[in-house]
Amino acid sequence: MSKQAQHWEKTRGLLFITLAIWFVFSIGIFLFGAEMQSSSIRPFGYPLSYYMTCQGSLGIFVILIFWFAGRQEKIDEEFGFSEREDD
Amino acid sequence: MFKGKFIDNLPKIYGTYTGGFIVFIILMAIGEQAGMSAKAIGICFVLFTVLIYALIGYLSRTIQVDAYYLAGRQVPTVFNGMATAADWMSGASFVAMAGGIYFKGYGYMALLVGWTGGYVLVASLLAPYLRKFGCYTVPDFIGTRYGGNLARLSAVIVLTVASFTYVTAQINATGTIASVALDIPFNIAVYVGLASILMCSMLGGMRAVTWTQVAQYIVLIIAYLLPVFWISNKMGAGVFPHLMLADEVARIAELESQFGLGSIKNSAADLKQVPKGLSGITKAHAEVNTTPWKFISLAVCMMAGTASLPHVMMRYFTTPSVKAARRSVGWSLFFIFLLYSSAPMLATLSKLSLMDPNLATGIIGKSITEVQAIDWYQNWNQANLMFVSDFNGNGTLELNEFFMGGKAVVLATPEIAGLPYVISGLVAAGGMAAAMSTADGLVLAISNALSHDIYYKMINPKAETAKRLLVARVLLVLIGFAGATIAAMEIQGILGSVIWAFDFAMSGLFFPLVLGVWWKRANAQGAVAGMLGGLAAGTAYLVAVRSGYPGFLDITQLTFGIVGSVVSLVLMVVVSLMTKAPDAATQKMVDDVRVPSGKAILGRQH
Repeated sequence: MSKQAQHWEKTRGLLFITLAIWFVFSIGIFLFGAEMQSSSIRPFGYPLSYYMTCQGSLGIFVILIFWFAGRQEKIDEEFGFSEREDD
Repeated sequence: MFKGKFIDNLPKIYGTYTGGFIVFIILMAIGEQAGMSAKAIGICFVLFTVLIYALIGYLSRTIQVDAYYLAGRQVPTVFNGMATAADWMSGASFVAMAGGIYFKGYGYMALLVGWTGGYVLVASLLAPYLRKFGCYTVPDFIGTRYGGNLARLSAVIVLTVASFTYVTAQINATGTIASVALDIPFNIAVYVGLASILMCSMLGGMRAVTWTQVAQYIVLIIAYLLPVFWISNKMGAGVFPHLMLADEVARIAELESQFGLGSIKNSAADLKQVPKGLSGITKAHAEVNTTPWKFISLAVCMMAGTASLPHVMMRYFTTPSVKAARRSVGWSLFFIFLLYSSAPMLATLSKLSLMDPNLATGIIGKSITEVQAIDWYQNWNQANLMFVSDFNGNGTLELNEFFMGGKAVVLATPEIAGLPYVISGLVAAGGMAAAMSTADGLVLAISNALSHDIYYKMINPKAETAKRLLVARVLLVLIGFAGATIAAMEIQGILGSVIWAFDFAMSGLFFPLVLGVWWKRANAQGAVAGMLGGLAAGTAYLVAVRSGYPGFLDITQLTFGIVGSVVSLVLMVVVSLMTKAPDAATQKMVDDVRVPSGKAILGRQH
């Protein structure tokens, strides 16, 4: 397999992981709004459903993007596809 | 004062700017103590900030094509993050979102999730690849990737429909704020708003818009966070509201049941007296009050719409590298998070300060005449944003007898909570910054698509630079005026039009953009079918639902993008597979887009 094909395979793998995490926190948990509402897990005392919509999921997205960017940079470096600074 | 290159001095420049703005706030506070009138403070805030933006716009004027379209591709990661956050957070986020949460609770918080989750899609599916492509505009990518003027034209059509819907809402928001702050009629204020928007973008294109958006972000975030922290501390709710309002949320639930929320209904005749556009509290604050599907479908539309809106995507064309584009998405979302995580807190504080009879500011349960005599009530009632009426004739104000416009939650809460007027002036300036920055980005996205993709690429490819930029500027003014004229007609509320814009963008552009990078087999015929078919299907569904068709699968006029994008995906895949695969050169181009290193597909000057 060419270097480029391997690079793309790894990139796609990272995409699927990223989208899986994204799916859980943007769609998955909101299938269970009522269950979260009555859950005994109450971050900072807020009902869980309320907390996830106003901070929880949002914060996870921020972290997820930075994590994704870091991983993708590693993949690019591994195959020598990083940009030179003067590009 | 600042030696060396402009870009290296950015932290110093914006640091000084932020300091200057804080000094200005303090001066206004001193002015208020010295007896400056509320009106004068409001006017000072709005005029001062707008003049600063106009000055930045003037200083960033340019006659270079790549500066006009791409801000010279040298906007550093963090600053591009701020600019994107301002570009993104519109009048809807600043002025209307907390109001939506206030009245509709959990159901509306799908917007918070959707408008942030979309950035994960932007970062992972699109932004870095489009940056590598090196396009000036989103249709530029579609046109080059798929080849042919028809694909380019279709992309311009979708872009124009979505962005134009959006921009009317933003001009409406600038008009609302200008009319309240400057005390002029709405249909004149709309053009005052327009003039200030054009001052920022006309001379310097993307470069000017970038540096004004950073300045606008700083104003809007201070204006949003300061009152939230202040009110929270003043009410004794906690020094850090984001982590400490659990008791207040519980208290609201208690009061809601005490005041009989949901059990007492207003008659239709009573509701007729309420001015158009105002809502009463009908939904419990923190309770899950919507079905999972309704919540998720709205969130999905906002997420896919985020990843298809051209004015956001084009911000990532301005970073120095692919790596910077990726990181910059993270910073954008971080800066957006600061405001979005505060909106529910503001809604909570605002609701509690009006509802709790133990607080001096509470009005529910007080006598109607007493409420009608309150200063702020009279002001906002005059502005047609607040209304109380004694429907049951018992002399006291019940929960279902109080009505407020969604915009008033953000704009009026500081006054209601008894903060000095200087804060209300600051909030008005913040709202103006939010609406202006988004309108700037949108007007520029439309006029760039028309001037670059239609005029230069299709009509007159030999046009010299000066002529191209002249056309771009003339179009900018024309589009601005068209937007303002439609905004003055007030067809749909701010939040409603914004949501429509997302659905339009998602219907026509989401799959053609994503598959352009991720599916080599996608070809021009498929893309054209996907863009036009998706847009047509979405629009048809919207029109049908508006004219009384009940719809299917609980898809409403706010989520018609689901219909559009599914049609778009199916058409695109089927038509692509039925027609010839893209040629080798196009396939090679897609391969090149997928790796960060090497030259951009489209050069700096094209």
